[in-house]
Amino acid sequence: MSKRIFAVLSLLVIASMLLAACGGGKQAYECTDPIGCVNIAPGDPIHIAYMLTVTGATAFLGEDSKGAIEIAIADRGGKLLGHDILLTGEDSGCSADGGQTAATKVAADPTIVGIVGTNCSSSATAALPTISQAGLVMISPSNTAPALTDPNGTWQPGYFRTAHNDKFQGRVAAEFAYNKLGARTAATIHDGSPYADQLQKVFAETFQNLGGKITFQGAINVGDTDMRSILTTVAADSPDVLYFPIFEPEGDFIVAQSAEIAGLENTTLMGADGLLADSFPEAAGPNADGMYLSGPYVTGADYDAFLKKWETQIGGKPPSGFHAFAYDGTNILFDAIEKVAVVEDDGTVHIPRQALRDAMSSTENFKGLTGTLTCTQYGDCATGQALGIFKITSAEINDGKWPPEVVWTP
Amino acid sequence: MKINLERLSWVDVFLWVFRVVAIALIIIGIVNTLSSGKYTSEQWGTLIFAGLAQGSIYALIALGYTLVYGILLMINFAHGDIYMAGAFTAVFLADKLATTGFLAVHPWLSLLLLMLLASTISMLLAVLVERIAYRPLRGAPRLVPLITAIGASFAIEYTFRGLYGPGFHSYPDVPPLMGDVNMGTFAVPRVQLVVFFAALVLMVALYYFVERTKMGKAMRAVAEDKEVAMLMGIDIDSVIVITFALGGALAGAAGIFNGLFRPQGVYFFMGFVPGIKAFTAAVLGGIGNIPGAMFGGLLLGIIEALGPNLFLEGLGIPAANQLKDAIAFTVLVLILIFRPQGIFGERLSEKKA
Amino acid sequence: MNLTQEHTLDWRTAARNGLLGGTIILYFGAIGMVSTFSVRNMVGTFLNLGQILSIMGAIAAGLITGRTFLKADQRAKVIQMGALSGLLAGLPPLILIIMGTLVPNSTMFVNINAELVEILTFGLGALVGSLALIVVSGLMGVLGAAFVLLGEKYRKALINALLWVLLLGLFSENAGTVLQKFLGTSAVRWLFQNKSLNPIAAIIIFALTFAFSLFGVGNKGKTKIQSLPSEKQKQLRLIYIVLGLVFALALPWMVGTFLSQVLFIVGLYVMMGMGLNIVVGFAGLLDLGYVAFFAFGAYTMGVLTSPGGFTGGILNFWLALPIAILVGVTFGIILGFPVLNMRGDYLAIVTLGFGEIIRVLAYSNWLAPIIGGAQGVLGIPTPSLFGFRLGKPEYMYYLVLLGSLVAAFIAARLRDSRLGRQWMAMREDEDVAETMGINLVQTKLLAFAIGAGFSAASGAIFASRLQNIFPNSFGILVSINVLSLIIVGGLGSLPGVVVGAAILVGMPELLREFAEYRLLMYGLLLIVMMLAKPEGFWPEETRKRELHAKEDWDNNDADAEVVGAAD
Repeated sequence: MSKRIFAVLSLLVIASMLLAACGGGKQAYECTDPIGCVNIAPGDPIHIAYMLTVTGATAFLGEDSKGAIEIAIADRGGKLLGHDILLTGEDSGCSADGGQTAATKVAADPTIVGIVGTNCSSSATAALPTISQAGLVMISPSNTAPALTDPNGTWQPGYFRTAHNDKFQGRVAAEFAYNKLGARTAATIHDGSPYADQLQKVFAETFQNLGGKITFQGAINVGDTDMRSILTTVAADSPDVLYFPIFEPEGDFIVAQSAEIAGLENTTLMGADGLLADSFPEAAGPNADGMYLSGPYVTGADYDAFLKKWETQIGGKPPSGFHAFAYDGTNILFDAIEKVAVVEDDGTVHIPRQALRDAMSSTENFKGLTGTLTCTQYGDCATGQALGIFKITSAEINDGKWPPEVVWTP
Repeated sequence: MKINLERLSWVDVFLWVFRVVAIALIIIGIVNTLSSGKYTSEQWGTLIFAGLAQGSIYALIALGYTLVYGILLMINFAHGDIYMAGAFTAVFLADKLATTGFLAVHPWLSLLLLMLLASTISMLLAVLVERIAYRPLRGAPRLVPLITAIGASFAIEYTFRGLYGPGFHSYPDVPPLMGDVNMGTFAVPRVQLVVFFAALVLMVALYYFVERTKMGKAMRAVAEDKEVAMLMGIDIDSVIVITFALGGALAGAAGIFNGLFRPQGVYFFMGFVPGIKAFTAAVLGGIGNIPGAMFGGLLLGIIEALGPNLFLEGLGIPAANQLKDAIAFTVLVLILIFRPQGIFGERLSEKKA
Repeated sequence: MNLTQEHTLDWRTAARNGLLGGTIILYFGAIGMVSTFSVRNMVGTFLNLGQILSIMGAIAAGLITGRTFLKADQRAKVIQMGALSGLLAGLPPLILIIMGTLVPNSTMFVNINAELVEILTFGLGALVGSLALIVVSGLMGVLGAAFVLLGEKYRKALINALLWVLLLGLFSENAGTVLQKFLGTSAVRWLFQNKSLNPIAAIIIFALTFAFSLFGVGNKGKTKIQSLPSEKQKQLRLIYIVLGLVFALALPWMVGTFLSQVLFIVGLYVMMGMGLNIVVGFAGLLDLGYVAFFAFGAYTMGVLTSPGGFTGGILNFWLALPIAILVGVTFGIILGFPVLNMRGDYLAIVTLGFGEIIRVLAYSNWLAPIIGGAQGVLGIPTPSLFGFRLGKPEYMYYLVLLGSLVAAFIAARLRDSRLGRQWMAMREDEDVAETMGINLVQTKLLAFAIGAGFSAASGAIFASRLQNIFPNSFGILVSINVLSLIIVGGLGSLPGVVVGAAILVGMPELLREFAEYRLLMYGLLLIVMMLAKPEGFWPEETRKRELHAKEDWDNNDADAEVVGAAD
């Protein structure tokens, strides 16, 4: 390149800098954040993204969270700090590769402020390095893997979740089974997802530490419909409790088919929040009567109002049990943005990224649908205190009553 | 098959070792399990009957694969989704019938209506898929229709997801099918027996249709040799359409049986796994062979029901039920090593492959 | 549309086309595509994808009707019949409006609701809106029909221009990231506003592309090359190859991180495709469980290099890679044994079974102590080269580029070798091949082994990029994808693998924002592509000749046409 062109170019650059400095007439906002800022000009939207599983067999999970995010946006009239909210969707699938590709896509867009997602822990594990490096924040409605919020595990800065860490939920379920139900023997079933596997491990560990005996730790595959053979194995020891922290429809099958198996008459069935969906009792049928589900409080007038909104805005009922977490997560993100954003007179908004992370991790006593949330340094916003044990009765199965009664809290 | 003995021997040795090891493992597993006395004979009985009901559903779907394969020598990969289409559509009618109370008053009429609806939907869809995705490709290389079939499978799944949404639905209980039937020492759920026998009736009816009616004769003729059949004045296109329609109708019926036997988990992806299983069953019995599909379906159902507990637990493998699919496919491999043409199959490979 | 010419041509043809077009719109509406896509603006805020979708049926119907009548020398009727087609194309969507108005909250048809009615009726209310829909459809039918009356030159220019605008609108995000490097941020911001093309820009692009194609930068170059002497052609080819290589090397820095990731994934599938092409394309062994070897490669890499894994990470990427390939090859042979005597579809289902067995084993508690079971293998290190971490997709792209090139080179050499000819002889007829003295056992096992090796290499790279592997990455979808891409590209053809991977793996990644309908479009695309080009997009020479041998007999022009299309 010749010197002359270089000279002209540098002149142009200096000139434009001068223009930029003078043009505003006021002192321009200077970004001092260590990992950068998002600058939103007047008229431009505030851009957030979701990374959920909206295709494949787990699409119901993604639809469930997506609807809640949309409602959270609609609740604010589609606006934040006077700017429109723009929601971009990425399909992360329920797999590691899907999570990574979605993360690369989101990270490549510098206008995106934060992410709600992912549904599956495996997607999050693979997505996190990319997301974190890009300076983004991500809040998940349904990741429960303990490693994700463990600084020695796969945790990365910028990660948050409103879902309950498996450690809390597995422990609560085991304590309930041992202390309240008086169970001394228990069997567990998982479905090959990291979530269920982890949850049953924590359950089994806690239960044994309390003095109980684990008779069987089995597994089925997602997509299985016939549970009779595994239930027969469980029945061979007639345990007091069968804990199966899995999802629909496999959970439905276990509940319904356990009625046919000799030897399970005195076994109490226990599921987890994967089954805490209003479609579950009716689908599982009469045998769900008297079973227990561990899960968060999602009750009260606010939640009823939320369901009303769902019916009018999305239609029907939420297809799974994590919508309230997605709603809370979205609102935590919005609140944090509002807290740290620097708004100029002309409406320009600057969002410093590190400050946003700090604001999210200092979230305290956030009153959400899923209880009062306080986020920790490593991203766990649900503390496990708002967990409870629900009991399914014939009212839920036959009369469509939802949610069920909470019979025990830790 | 004149193969140099010296060259083949080590392959043969390997295959024999494989056979012996596999069978030894199975026997050790069975002996260990049975001698442990962990399960009662009632429990085994329960599993066998559930396996039979499941197997008869596999068999009905497998018949669709086998009919189409017999005539077109193609794998209709979308067949599992055709099964889903009927079952998914009828669940809405079933729900309506249950909430209005019609189901409780006229249970048999309701079942008939449901069966009609599911079969019609599946049948129409099967014919439509044939018309759009397979017929234009009749002269193409064999893998090409396989790819359109895969395409059709995705298209059907996501069309129904778009139509009815991604959520799960369940069939309601049908009062007269509830409860157990006493079989001496143990009880079998009535619905399992009903499903098994109803499926058996349909299969026998199909067998008679193919063996005894004029249309069935035409189907067999087309399967034997298309060109000659054409020369004999058989309208190939209509025979093929009838074949797809029959397969579709059976799949629709299977969808309702499945809804009775296992009411939960009706959604857009529900056809994928049974589709692959039924295809396995069809190959197990000898693809292209109607009794073979029936037998293969029942066998697969029973293997799946008994396999994990019977074979694997005795070998000390933890969480054996996880490996259910592995057992089903291992049995397939074993059987095909012994009989490469399937249990009932003729040596198709000589003639057609 | 040959059928229509045989029958007498009258209004019924037009009516049928119209109703068919309308039914397709009915379908798109009922499955929710129209409502979902109407959120996505294409040009400004006044043209969205949903609108384009809902008028497409009428335009296409008018176009086809117009063409049919024009071909039958009934020029005078083209416009009126086009109008009829268009009007009738407006009828089937009325069903949606009626259903959506009567049952706005259907629990069955979740996507036929008030929102859809509003879109279809232009927000004018059910009655007026329905009329408006029919009138607009009619107009679109006329437009479609009028299009065929244009001179060919104008027609081509118009298509070009429309395509450019639509593609830029559709791929606005990705186009934006690429253009940003050349035009700067502010230009791109002006060009695209929230993924939508600026109306002024749209007009300028339309005008420019229209003018360009009208005043011909035509295909004169190609004929020139063909007329050159063969020496010169060779030189030119060399230059092209070098240019292509330079382009391939520069690619990730031109397209940015996300597209590099897409290229990386495409590259993984190219490697797998090259391998499966040997098994299915060369040797004719239908393998539906190819993902098994991908899993072997990935898990070997994971177990050997992850510090938290079973071995504690005793090796680095470069040492583990050959072991991963070796493991793949070994299992290729082991799994090849039982299927030696099976043919055709028996082989297909057994290999599918193998794939499933491997996946189920990856999930199992039984093997969990070694390969992690449901918890997967975590913390696999990213490969580094002389201390430089290949931590970004831009770098990993080079790894798969190298892998793909090596795979392609090996595959090409094998194809032209003695072994390759043995494979092809076996593919055509096993019994004859055997009589000719070909050792079937060895030939088959070599095909399985080499194919498995490529897949394992791909899996190993996949694992090291992903850093965490879980069993659900190794489902049957991978096998289906690889098989589909080699057939769509052209069975047995090496460039076909690249084309197939770009279409079936790359495109869906670019269209990520339409996630919910990605697999639907994938399915429809497979059907349409196979109907249009059963021999694949870049067929192997011999296969192409075989397929068209019969046509050549009847019609010597056919060959020329196919060759032209393949170029």
